Amino acid sequence: MTDRPIKVLIAKPGLDGHDRGAKVLARGLRDEGFEVVYTGLRQTPEMIATAALQEDVDVVGLSILSGAHMTLLPRITKLLRDSGLEDVLVTAGGIIPDVDVTALAEVGVARVFGPGTTIAEVADYLRTNARPRD
Amino acid sequence: MAEPAATTGGPAARAHDLVLAARDGDRRSLARLLTAVENRTPLAEPALREMYPLAGAAHVVGITGPPGAGKSTLVAALIGEVRKAGRAVAVVAVDPSSPITGGALLGDRVRMQSYAGDRDVFIRSMAARGHAGGLASTTGAATAVLDAAGFDLILVETVGTGQSEVEVAAAADTTVVLEAPEMGDEVQAIKAGLLEVADLVVVNKGDKPGAQRTAAQLRAMLVAGGGPKVGGDPSQARPRPKRPEVLITTAATGEGVPELLVALDRHRSSSATGPTDSARLARADALVWAIVAERLRERLRAPDQSDATRVTLAAVADHRLDPYAAADALLAVLGSGSASPARD
Repeated sequence: MTDRPIKVLIAKPGLDGHDRGAKVLARGLRDEGFEVVYTGLRQTPEMIATAALQEDVDVVGLSILSGAHMTLLPRITKLLRDSGLEDVLVTAGGIIPDVDVTALAEVGVARVFGPGTTIAEVADYLRTNARPRD
Repeated sequence: MAEPAATTGGPAARAHDLVLAARDGDRRSLARLLTAVENRTPLAEPALREMYPLAGAAHVVGITGPPGAGKSTLVAALIGEVRKAGRAVAVVAVDPSSPITGGALLGDRVRMQSYAGDRDVFIRSMAARGHAGGLASTTGAATAVLDAAGFDLILVETVGTGQSEVEVAAAADTTVVLEAPEMGDEVQAIKAGLLEVADLVVVNKGDKPGAQRTAAQLRAMLVAGGGPKVGGDPSQARPRPKRPEVLITTAATGEGVPELLVALDRHRSSSATGPTDSARLARADALVWAIVAERLRERLRAPDQSDATRVTLAAVADHRLDPYAAADALLAVLGSGSASPARD
């Protein structure tokens, strides 16, 4: 019962149209044995929180390259907490300056993966840190 | 976690709390129950035991067809139409699992994300996890959970299917087979398989050239041999293919979708008036036999029996014992009462 695949939501909040990275990661995590729910471009915080809740995912991975991460990511983590999803692991990837990483950690973004991160690194991190399954 | 009382009791008590909350409209509890069922956790059995008798009111509609025919887009359009009528709708969208890694990319939600603010729309993706019939082995149980949670309509979207993934017909009250224009000639339409189980055939992408022609071909070929025989004793008749209505939709624009919903409702009311609903009987059959098989496996692998089971299987692997004799031997062990009494 404990060997069930980890379920991950990959979403792109905000308005930038650069979804290649999110798609490569979604595909890469599939190849690492994860069940990946991919929701596509231009997701509002509400869409992401609703999908995380309905899908009962273990991890929410947010890809953002627009520069709006300090606005959008805290809204998403707040919505997740308000929905009772405080045990869901939240990670981010994209173009996020180092100076923002600490502030994001404070609002519940556990890890920020910058350019050059390998899929294997992400997969290992998720396997180690995703919430334990029932 | 969201329900403090639930973390203290055993599986049955925790399942009970989740069921109460889900029936009360708590979507997080509903999502957790679906996970329990999908992962076959210890909560699954007590939850389903409680929910199954509460289910049965929903109209379960299966949507199947080849990859790229527009199943997800049509489901998204149907959600909109159903919500105009004020009915609560749930979706179970199944995508394939990798046979190599067990991973899956569940991408059906992409087209359904605009209903995030509507609590009467609930969308759940499922990986098929190696099950071959176009659904996951737990899809039927998941629809029962959504049914008991009070959804009026449950749309079950299969993986993109080929010609013979007909399992959805047993999982749904109404089966919709989606085709795209110009997908094949008339011979494709008269081959056995998927089209035979359709209650409704929908030619999607109706704005593409050839849609009318494809629909006309399907109508001609499906009607030609199908339908109940006129006269004679119906009990003597061989099972006959259905005689599905053929509709045209353009899911991307919504054209034809209101007509599809009307046809779905009509099929529902026509099939619900019969003496026994064959789709529901088939579903009960599949549900119960799956549990019987699972229980047998559980008992044969229980600590007191697993060594003997392994020896028998090894004898078959070495061709010292034939598989029929092995099965009889294993069943005889269970029948002789060496197995522990049933738990309930």
